[in-house]
Amino acid sequence: MAVIEARNLTYSYPFADKPAIEDINLAIERGEFVLLTGPSGCGKTTLCRCFNGLIPHFYGGKLEGEVWVAGLKTDEHPIHELAKHVGLVFQNPENQLFALTVEKDVAFGLENLGLPRDEIRRRVDWALKVTGIYDLKDRAPFELSGGQQQRVAIASILAMQPEIMVLDEPTSFLDPLSARSILETIYQLNRELGITIILIEHRLDLAARYADRIIVMDRGHIILDGEPRKIFLDDRIKLVGVGLPKVVRLYLALRDDNVNLKRVPLSPEEASRLIAEVLNSDRS
Amino acid sequence: MRRCSTLIEAENVYFIYPNGVEALKGVSLRINDGEFVAIMGQNGAGKTTLVKHFVGLLKPTKGRVLVDGVDTRTVSVAQLARKVGFVFQNPDHQLFSETVEDEIAFALRNFGFDEKTVRERVDWALNLLDLTQYRKTSPFMLSGGERKRVALASVLAWDPKILILDEPTIGQDAYQKERLRHFIIQMNQQGKTVIIVTHDIEFVAECEPRVILMVNGRIIADGDAREVLTDTVAIKEASLVLPEITQVFMGLNDLGFSWKVLGVYEAKCLILERLRGVRI
Repeated sequence: MAVIEARNLTYSYPFADKPAIEDINLAIERGEFVLLTGPSGCGKTTLCRCFNGLIPHFYGGKLEGEVWVAGLKTDEHPIHELAKHVGLVFQNPENQLFALTVEKDVAFGLENLGLPRDEIRRRVDWALKVTGIYDLKDRAPFELSGGQQQRVAIASILAMQPEIMVLDEPTSFLDPLSARSILETIYQLNRELGITIILIEHRLDLAARYADRIIVMDRGHIILDGEPRKIFLDDRIKLVGVGLPKVVRLYLALRDDNVNLKRVPLSPEEASRLIAEVLNSDRS
Repeated sequence: MRRCSTLIEAENVYFIYPNGVEALKGVSLRINDGEFVAIMGQNGAGKTTLVKHFVGLLKPTKGRVLVDGVDTRTVSVAQLARKVGFVFQNPDHQLFSETVEDEIAFALRNFGFDEKTVRERVDWALNLLDLTQYRKTSPFMLSGGERKRVALASVLAWDPKILILDEPTIGQDAYQKERLRHFIIQMNQQGKTVIIVTHDIEFVAECEPRVILMVNGRIIADGDAREVLTDTVAIKEASLVLPEITQVFMGLNDLGFSWKVLGVYEAKCLILERLRGVRI
């Protein structure tokens, strides 16, 4: 069975006159890296709130259909139970951090689970090492750079050893180098630890290369769902506010002039290789 | 010949925060009337600290800043604000009214405009930023992207000569970014001096303004977007990433291409020229 499944899911916030998401059917398999994108207000954050039970337990409102996460039907299990399976990382790490040291912040969730001391120590050290911030463990989170803070936020979720991590635009406050290295870390968690990743992200230029699958939402509906290169070639993506990476736009611009690269590039390095191939074959 | 009068001048500006952090270490620059400038650098490079000096929110610890010929230490923020509109990175630092309409009217009333003008300008700003439908809505009911537009509308309403936008693209989707770009260029063409603080390199590559790179409280590069954004040494020093298309052409350097390329269309033309052996 899929690790996340939504069946005929429709949800309205309290007092809203129309649903925020409507008729969502979706199955995410264990170990997938899913990129969820779409214009502002399309319902992507709402959908993710359904995955960890914040909807309906915290937000209330009206939920129709079913959501299953790690075999649990979300409306029948409390948030703290779902949180063992699904970790949520926010856009702005400041909203998530509060302790006086990095180590205490990462340990907090585990203390709440009532784990034995040794186990807490072991998991905290592990999470700090995996995210590359072990050396910062005695520092105060609010003194750190945005990129480092986001690593602390990820480490504190990782320490809970969730099977699924949902990250809501985790790089948008970061400069490009920090953004890239955070995405590399998330990718590593996916490849090496098999954690299922659901990444909400506008910046497809940075994130598309890591994804197995892209889901595009618009006005509360899923409008596209598939492998990145296929999604980028679908004309419907241009109709919604989704920015195609420039390398994809270059691919399309060349295709308009009958220059066909072998496949859709997902990174500048790949684009250079594909263009060089065309130029070299032309010469021979 | 177009007259280039200096509108903002920083002379050897140092700034030390009360906690002892030296955020600016001898910054000198001139911005002319009608220019469009992007100030770029890593988080903590001093970009926001620098532009806060342009509206008098911060005053130099050493050195001086002149705005339209006036030393910022001799005037209040309120006086400078009439000339310099500052839109914060986080709109929540700026918004407080009960409705979008009141938010926009607030500063206008403070500046002493009559009610008729206030109403006209509020309508104009709501329309310009596509917010008319939300005029009676609380700003706090809106999405992050919409709140940013409210903050921008409330500043534009009083028609400042200089517009400073701190990280305007954060949290904006592709469609909104495209609109923002058109909007900024339009404002600039109408004669406003526009300064954006950002690390969104793709956005800057599309706008092609003058680019100033900051590292550690100092300016390390200042020039045309094409020169600065493709300067591999400076971009690396500023911990930024080269524009996507520039990176593609770095990878084609072996084939004799220059990498000083920013745009998709330009890139396509260069590749077609090479394939067909003719200039396009």
